[in-house]
Amino acid sequence: MATFLGINLFALSGQLLVGLINGSFYALLSLGLAIIFGLLKIINFAQGAMYMLGAFAAFLALQYLGMNYWFALIFVPLAVGAVGILMERFLIRPIANEDHLYSLLLTFGFALVLQGLFTHWFGSSGLPYAIPDELKGGTRLPFMYLPNYRAWIIVASLIVCVGTWWMIEKTKLGAYLRAGTENPALMQAFGINVPLMVTLTFGFGVALAGFAGVMAAPVYSVSPEMGSNILIVVFAIVVIGGMGSIGGAILTGLAMGVVEGLTKYFYPEASTTVIFFVMVIVLLLKPAGLFGKEA
Amino acid sequence: MSSTGEKVRISDLHAFYGESHILHGIDMTIQQGELVTLLGRNGAGRSTTLKAIMNMVGRRTGSIVINGNETIDMPAHRIAHLGMGFCPEERGIFSSLNVEENLMLPPSVRSDGMSVEEIYEMFPNLYERRMSQGTRLSGGEQQMLALARILRTGANILLLDEITEGLAPVIVQKLGEVLMKLKERGLTILLVEQNFRFAAPIADRHYVMEHGHIVEEVHAHELKEKTELLNTYLGV
Repeated sequence: MATFLGINLFALSGQLLVGLINGSFYALLSLGLAIIFGLLKIINFAQGAMYMLGAFAAFLALQYLGMNYWFALIFVPLAVGAVGILMERFLIRPIANEDHLYSLLLTFGFALVLQGLFTHWFGSSGLPYAIPDELKGGTRLPFMYLPNYRAWIIVASLIVCVGTWWMIEKTKLGAYLRAGTENPALMQAFGINVPLMVTLTFGFGVALAGFAGVMAAPVYSVSPEMGSNILIVVFAIVVIGGMGSIGGAILTGLAMGVVEGLTKYFYPEASTTVIFFVMVIVLLLKPAGLFGKEA
Repeated sequence: MSSTGEKVRISDLHAFYGESHILHGIDMTIQQGELVTLLGRNGAGRSTTLKAIMNMVGRRTGSIVINGNETIDMPAHRIAHLGMGFCPEERGIFSSLNVEENLMLPPSVRSDGMSVEEIYEMFPNLYERRMSQGTRLSGGEQQMLALARILRTGANILLLDEITEGLAPVIVQKLGEVLMKLKERGLTILLVEQNFRFAAPIADRHYVMEHGHIVEEVHAHELKEKTELLNTYLGV
């Protein structure tokens, strides 16, 4: 057994891996929330339900359409994004000028309805989704055994997160988005169709949750509650990273996954609360979050 | 001066912010190549007139014809594409974008905009600071950037709101030179201006606003005889 200063490296690296995987999902979900919050200034409580919807859509597409994992990885986010677009256009936009509390409640209610429907249809026990054949098996590393699918989660979510960050921070489209976040009225006067941009952005943010849902289907079981369970943690992460900061959401998501994994090794009793503990400390020391701009 | 066509015709324009009725039936026309100012005290409705033209107010009624197109029911983002360039009073430089990104941000609305080289030649400071965060520029530089970015789009009708406000005399003079150059290029300009001494020598016509009405129209050649009248309206 490999040990160093009394630390079981095998167990530690195992928990670190679990942490990184959870962190990958945290990053994808908080990134979507951050994008939506940045442009629309609304907190999308339905983000967890969209993640659940993504996992179920992958499951159902396999069951009834015979669509394999790889196609699901492309088409499910598009479908979930389309749900988001309809939701923005017909539910959120009519109350866009009201207090943001209304849209928060609306998305919260929407999430509950969706979760209730899926519980009604499929029960609350988890449904299985097989790991795609191409990613079965694993690799033996010096201190641990790395299952291929888990490695894939980390790589794929990093690619999506970094790609999204690059698009927002480094491209013309991203400049429109950043400028639209700051002063939508002026962007409109410059000839940009801001309402359309808002709708597409909402769709994109939601599609990220759908993507995370497909990625999650083979590792966590597909269940109606999977979204609400993870969402609370993701909100804490968004608060820690700073509302609306794109890079902050990604880095904090990964980091909090790792922190959780480390806690599971050193003091397992605290592993489910450690993120909230970090949140409290960050709020006390830097209320705008680690990467947020002070108002 | 030049009157080869009417660029903007506003008739019986009313504008509202929520319940408050700000503009009470504005009528004005601007000819191709003219530089027209909107004078008046603070709160007279001058900025609101510019915003109403861009459909940035709550609600508006009446008629605004731009280049022969009725725009009163047009969504805001389509108005820019008629060749309009709007420079807001607060300048509207984006802090999340650097100077060059700010400059390149607004989409082209016509094909013959100024090239980036021409713009940097006209405003050398902007070239030197092109990688700085937009809002780190001085007030004068920010104003030049706000003006430069609508020149790049090819807009040929410019709506400029208080561009000299709070700026040092040397910058104000520079802006005056820029406006003269733009006039020579045939651009049509509607200028909201507090600084009458800045506006008087470069403008072809002045509209005086009070309480959301246009109360006087003064041509450049009538300035001398109407100075006293203007002084009463503007309270200088």
